[in-house]
Amino acid sequence: MTDTLVAPPGPARTTSRPSGLFRLTPTSGIGLGVALVWFSILVLLPLAAVVGAAAAGGWGAFWNTLTDAQTFAALRLTVLEAAGVTVVNAVIGTVVAWVLVRDHFFGKRILDVVIDIPFALPTIVAGLVLLSLYGPESPVGINIVNTRQGIFLALLFVTLPFVVRTVQPVLIELDADVEEAAASLGASRLTTFRRIILPSLVPAITAGSSLGFARAISEFGSLVLISGNTPYQTEVASLKILKFIEGDNQAGAAAVAVLLLLVAIVTIVGLDLLSRRVANRG
Amino acid sequence: MADTRQIRAGKGPVTYALRTFVILYLAVLVVWPLWEVGSRTFAPLERGAESGIGPFLERLQDPTVTYAFGLTATCAFWAVLINTVFGVGISLLLTRYRFPGRRLLSVLVDIPMSVSPVVVGLALVLAYSSGQGWFGGALESAGIFIIGTTPGMIMATAFVSLPLVIREVVPVLEEIGTDAELAASSLGANGWQTFRRITLPSIKWAVVYGVVLSLARSLGEFGAVKIVSPGAELRGETATILIQNRYTNFEEPTAYAAAFVLVLASVLALVVVSLIRKEDRS
Repeated sequence: MTDTLVAPPGPARTTSRPSGLFRLTPTSGIGLGVALVWFSILVLLPLAAVVGAAAAGGWGAFWNTLTDAQTFAALRLTVLEAAGVTVVNAVIGTVVAWVLVRDHFFGKRILDVVIDIPFALPTIVAGLVLLSLYGPESPVGINIVNTRQGIFLALLFVTLPFVVRTVQPVLIELDADVEEAAASLGASRLTTFRRIILPSLVPAITAGSSLGFARAISEFGSLVLISGNTPYQTEVASLKILKFIEGDNQAGAAAVAVLLLLVAIVTIVGLDLLSRRVANRG
Repeated sequence: MADTRQIRAGKGPVTYALRTFVILYLAVLVVWPLWEVGSRTFAPLERGAESGIGPFLERLQDPTVTYAFGLTATCAFWAVLINTVFGVGISLLLTRYRFPGRRLLSVLVDIPMSVSPVVVGLALVLAYSSGQGWFGGALESAGIFIIGTTPGMIMATAFVSLPLVIREVVPVLEEIGTDAELAASSLGANGWQTFRRITLPSIKWAVVYGVVLSLARSLGEFGAVKIVSPGAELRGETATILIQNRYTNFEEPTAYAAAFVLVLASVLALVVVSLIRKEDRS
């Protein structure tokens, strides 16, 4: 079940305290210095440049860019689509995880691999894959190009593994005793699920959903071919940034980018806090 | 696992309904579109021509296509190399040493995965483009150009796949602890010997796993690279950009052929990853 391309959610560390921490030696000090310089060149300075460019025109310019009717429509569509996809994933992802853990049937291993495919595929290929069946030459007569349903479908595709892969391990670890106790006390299967199983799954569902939401907000590659980029209709935030860049409006691009950055950081910090709280509760 | 848990083994109509629903959902969302890509990849070049592997290979031998895959391989190779060295180094620093800002750094190194690829590209442009970048002017007078060149595309690729090695190595380093390393150094081993003889063997599989994940991610990177690359045929057009360009220029057969190669690469990565997991566990 752990044969997965999906990296574990949240920052890369366990909550347990490492057994021993050394003081920096001269060699490791130099290593830390080199690592920090490279990390700054590659990640921190460029991201700071985005914030700088967004702030360059002052608060007024930043606010005007975001509340410009066309940009605002793109942002609203992005948030609404991402929220809708997140809700669908929270439900269906849990159902898929449930079936993969509790049900046993021929071909289940294949389904388990299928879950990982949307993550393993390059995003542009994911878009093309959907277009091959639901595109202009669709053999089933559905054309999703330049529709909001198309964006929704693409986001569903790329965010499929998040909830499944966070809920699955929790479901495997779940103790059978409490369920048996509930059943022996006369609880129906639905009551057992609602009162016993669901509460222990909620942290995992929340974690998976927020990862999926962050991904859906920032999704780009799979939407390039599907979204027709029509203003007010099918234009999403990431494609709006691309349009700003191509139109040489760096400040506009930076303003929208800062918003996406904020969502990413809030998600990471939130998940970090959530995982600490769950770990502390035992 | 489920053998002793009789309470979970009961199969009512709900079980079958959920199973059917999950299979149908995954079939419509993932399996069928993938199948369609496969069949289009091996479709004949023109009506009446032979279909199968021949025309597929023919499309791939076009010089622009081989150039694109070569460039993708170059970017992926350097990005993975950089990320592996940096990732192992920073994982050791994060788990073995005590320095101010350690926890902040461990959160920061996770950010690149959650940032929208478009924002990554924009960030690099705003920092290093010779026209508008913060450091563009200084770099230009030094004769260094990053945006629109292969080094810039390598940076974009390295940015998006940065945390993958770290995420795999850090948990393993924390789990093995420092006892063996302390013993080695108390027996007179120097830092390098301790790393090579004690630490490296225990994180070997985690590193390999991280490398495979980084490679898969790097081969498929689209958004970030698209923004820093000139993106023209034989000039900065990577495999993923080629897929977009060909599809929008109505050269779908080539787009599907290139996409199929990337699908194969991702499926291969999935298989390798699951084999490594098995190896690691035994």
